[in-house]
Amino acid sequence: MFDAQGVLKPVWSTFIDHISKLGPENLSSRFARGDQYLRDAGILYRQYDETLSSEREWPLSHIPVILEEDEWAQISAGLIERADLLEYVLRDVYGDNQLVSSGQLPATLLSQNPAWLRPMVGVKPANDYFLNSISFEIGRGPDGKWWVISDVVEAPSTVGFAIENRMAMTRVFPNFFAHANVHRLAGFFQTFQQNLFDMKGKADGEIALMSPGPMNQNYAEHAYIARYLGLLLVEGEDLIVLNGRVMVRTVAGPKPISLLWNRVTGAMSDPLELDPTSMLGTPGLLDALRRQSLKTLNAVGAGVLETRALMAFLPKIARAHLGHKLMMPNIATWWCGHDAERKHVLEHRDRMMVGSAFSTVPLVADPATNVFTSAFNATHADALADMLRTSGRELVGQEAITLSTTPVCEDGKLVARPMCIRIFMGRTRHGWKVMPGGYARVSAGADAKAFAMQRGGRVADVWVVSPKPVQQPSLLTSERDVAQRDLSSSTLPSRAADNLFWLGRYVERSELNMRLVRAYYARIVDGAAHDTPLLCYMRKGLMGHVDDDIGAMSRLYADPLLYGLHAASRINDRFSTDGMMALRALVDQTRILDGKSLTSDDIPREVSVLLRGITGFSGLVHENMYRSDGWRFLSLGLSLERAANMCNLLAILTKADAPEGALDLALEIGDSVITHRARYAIVAQANSVIDLLGPDDRNPRAIRYHITRAREHIAELPGHASGHNLTDAARQSLILETQLATTRPEDFTPAVFRQIQKDIWRLSDALNDKHLV
Amino acid sequence: MIYDVRLKISHRYANAAGNGRHIVRVVPKHIPGRQNVLASLVSTTPDPQERVDGIDFFANVTTTLSHVEPHAEMVINMAARVQLSQPLAWLDVSPAITDLQRQFANCRDIGPRSPVHFVGPSPRLIAHDQITSFANNLSDPDKSVAENVIRIGKAIYDTMTFDAKATTVDTPPYEAFANKRGVCQDFSHIMILALRALGIPAGYVSGYLRTLPPEGGVRLEGADAMHAWVCAWCGTGQGWIEYDPTNATMVGSDHIVVGYGRDYGDVSPVIGHLRSSGSQVNDQSVDVVSVG
Repeated sequence: MFDAQGVLKPVWSTFIDHISKLGPENLSSRFARGDQYLRDAGILYRQYDETLSSEREWPLSHIPVILEEDEWAQISAGLIERADLLEYVLRDVYGDNQLVSSGQLPATLLSQNPAWLRPMVGVKPANDYFLNSISFEIGRGPDGKWWVISDVVEAPSTVGFAIENRMAMTRVFPNFFAHANVHRLAGFFQTFQQNLFDMKGKADGEIALMSPGPMNQNYAEHAYIARYLGLLLVEGEDLIVLNGRVMVRTVAGPKPISLLWNRVTGAMSDPLELDPTSMLGTPGLLDALRRQSLKTLNAVGAGVLETRALMAFLPKIARAHLGHKLMMPNIATWWCGHDAERKHVLEHRDRMMVGSAFSTVPLVADPATNVFTSAFNATHADALADMLRTSGRELVGQEAITLSTTPVCEDGKLVARPMCIRIFMGRTRHGWKVMPGGYARVSAGADAKAFAMQRGGRVADVWVVSPKPVQQPSLLTSERDVAQRDLSSSTLPSRAADNLFWLGRYVERSELNMRLVRAYYARIVDGAAHDTPLLCYMRKGLMGHVDDDIGAMSRLYADPLLYGLHAASRINDRFSTDGMMALRALVDQTRILDGKSLTSDDIPREVSVLLRGITGFSGLVHENMYRSDGWRFLSLGLSLERAANMCNLLAILTKADAPEGALDLALEIGDSVITHRARYAIVAQANSVIDLLGPDDRNPRAIRYHITRAREHIAELPGHASGHNLTDAARQSLILETQLATTRPEDFTPAVFRQIQKDIWRLSDALNDKHLV
Repeated sequence: MIYDVRLKISHRYANAAGNGRHIVRVVPKHIPGRQNVLASLVSTTPDPQERVDGIDFFANVTTTLSHVEPHAEMVINMAARVQLSQPLAWLDVSPAITDLQRQFANCRDIGPRSPVHFVGPSPRLIAHDQITSFANNLSDPDKSVAENVIRIGKAIYDTMTFDAKATTVDTPPYEAFANKRGVCQDFSHIMILALRALGIPAGYVSGYLRTLPPEGGVRLEGADAMHAWVCAWCGTGQGWIEYDPTNATMVGSDHIVVGYGRDYGDVSPVIGHLRSSGSQVNDQSVDVVSVG
């Protein structure tokens, strides 16, 4: 923020001026606006474990990191030079290995390196380059000079979060933003997207982004980028290699992929030739690469560039290859495999960090890093000497750098915190282009090791400010273009369809159980005891032998909702943000209810609130979702679940020996009390209840209504439309519908309902075999 | 020496399996001056939908097979005729262990036979204290590398009992070592760990053994299935030597090489991936007959 003389830099003064005029209250409400945007967009930071509860709010620092255009240009030039050098190194270590044979790289740096993938040696990429996108983590020393801290090729990404941070910041400082000549990001992404299509060329396949899936901390970003750039989001299990080509399994059968943006770590991408324990990859992927039938954005194995120890050799390789030293140096690094370097590290241990040579985590951010600074003593020195002697080949020493700071707002005051910036760049037909912005990480304290969000580190947007007005493509325009392409594309991966189908089923199951719990407690409120025959009958037959307490009963609807949320979060890229928000809110609501100590009197009312919420969700799906195959699978899940559940309900409640009140209960669960009164004007009889909830074609609670809907959806699915030959699923749905339409009410015995229920699940299996497996 | 080698591997699935893809490493490798493969053939039932023949990083022969259609059984057959040369008279020119490390510290070769691949931890072989101290107690720094290799191999043979039921393909070597029982894979893995603990580059060799001994000889252990033994790098002068710890013997004209790797994972006969539910029964038989 200040120059070497301690004077506020001009780019900062206008900004500081602006915020000081806003006043503290105004400022904090603006900050809140940015946070609200991030929450609404579902941008969360996920702790690395399996439960959804570990999602945390996105730690945005609302003060940007501001850089002048000139400084930016210098940074860009330095990084482009480095990217070209890395391309050269990568080409060599997977090619003829001259760097090793000429002694510029020690052989063990590769042979002992898990990121150097032997099966990729000698494999030439189908496109021209090994590297087409890369990020760098850079930091500024106290003297104002920039350093490369790490080369980020495959691990964490940058792009999606940078865009989201920017979207949030434009909400925090809308007026300022409009006049401050801040470079926009959208133009860069339009070029980058264009390049993806150029790379794909005339090949007949799709462009896909391959993600490790929802358990990965970067999944939200993968889904975001896929949606933003109009790419197909796939996971390893979606892909299959047929005749040397990588295909995505879709509801319409396998379709070819011709360009893959691989976000799965190289070693995990093919269990047959690489890490055999990997569940994230696709068997045969490497075969497709060898045959050059598949292009990848970065070559599989490019992650070897992240190896820390490589930084020790890059400066020399640069001098040999470029004829001069790198414009922007990387942090001084010594590989401890040789005596001279070991000695150096030991002698300068007071300003060294020491860690694994092969790790790809930047040393500054690695909790396993040994720092021998300040309070070192003789024991430390001995310990280090011992480590270096026994396993020097596996260690590097790196200079412990002091990073310059950026302002953040803490308790209403601006304080200075160390920061580093991650910068993304992509190759275009005009060479490397650097995103004019970045993703800054700000330390939680004065300690530069506290960047990790786990330790309270924050993130900030990076503004590159020009002295002149900048061109203003909007992010939203390009989002609209992309959305259109997405909808016209009919490629629905089977896994996504499966998740949508189950989302439908879970939500419906939750709704049914809410109705059951509400009906149950309505009777308790009316004075019935838990051991009255009807309530016992309900618990036993309809509620899975549940205990007679609200805690156990609430799980009947809370659990399916949670599973539904899991399913929805696996299809982040195809499910609307509003839908996700509604679902998340519902899950939170059931949790709140869970924690409350409710009296029985309150329960029916509270559950009614939940029911309204879930109805709202279903409405959202039906009113807002594009009529794509995805919507059909969601709808099918819902209809089949509802029809099957109604079969079960009627089979149990219309039994001759069912307790008193069973038929009224059926009408209540089937939400048809009023219709029944209007149509039959009599007390509930088995025949009238069956007629209304079984073969009725206009009651959206009736079995037939949903079988008809299912048949109509199935007829529209790929592979069903042509000719008069029916698929199994189509045939079965037609038979079922006919049976429901032609059976007389008095012939619907409990046994018949059981049979229909079974047939519905057979129909579901047929759908599964045809589209989802 | 000429051998006819036959191998049959069968996988039977309780429920039909589909989308199968396997990489098979069962074909003897051509080694100039030592092992000449006169003919070889890999076939499967059912016929594969797709088949790719290749050579992996360590120059082993691979066959990639895919069986997309559901099938209840897959059988892999390999037949080969291999000619082995008589090994040269044994002459130990290897240096002392301390000198060995100097020889590869500045190695500028990263080709498949370079010792640099075989020194450190590999995916299945992470250093283990007990095996390390076993190796340290046995080693004699005054003796040559080759003598140390043989000494370690012999000690493993003496300590361990061959027991086909004691371990599976995924039993960690230290467990087999603690229980003192295992098969050729365990013997070899333990020996590799011990040699690497001493700084001697060591690798895993998969292959075949002749089924019946020459007249008057002893039937070797491990002849009815694919076999494994160890290669160790004994300096630039000596190069690689091979030792079979399961039978406490230097490798000669009874051993037919299929592949070299850092550990079992690099040369496992069949690596596969398929969609199936339910159990799977595997079976393997090997027949190696001397034909002249």
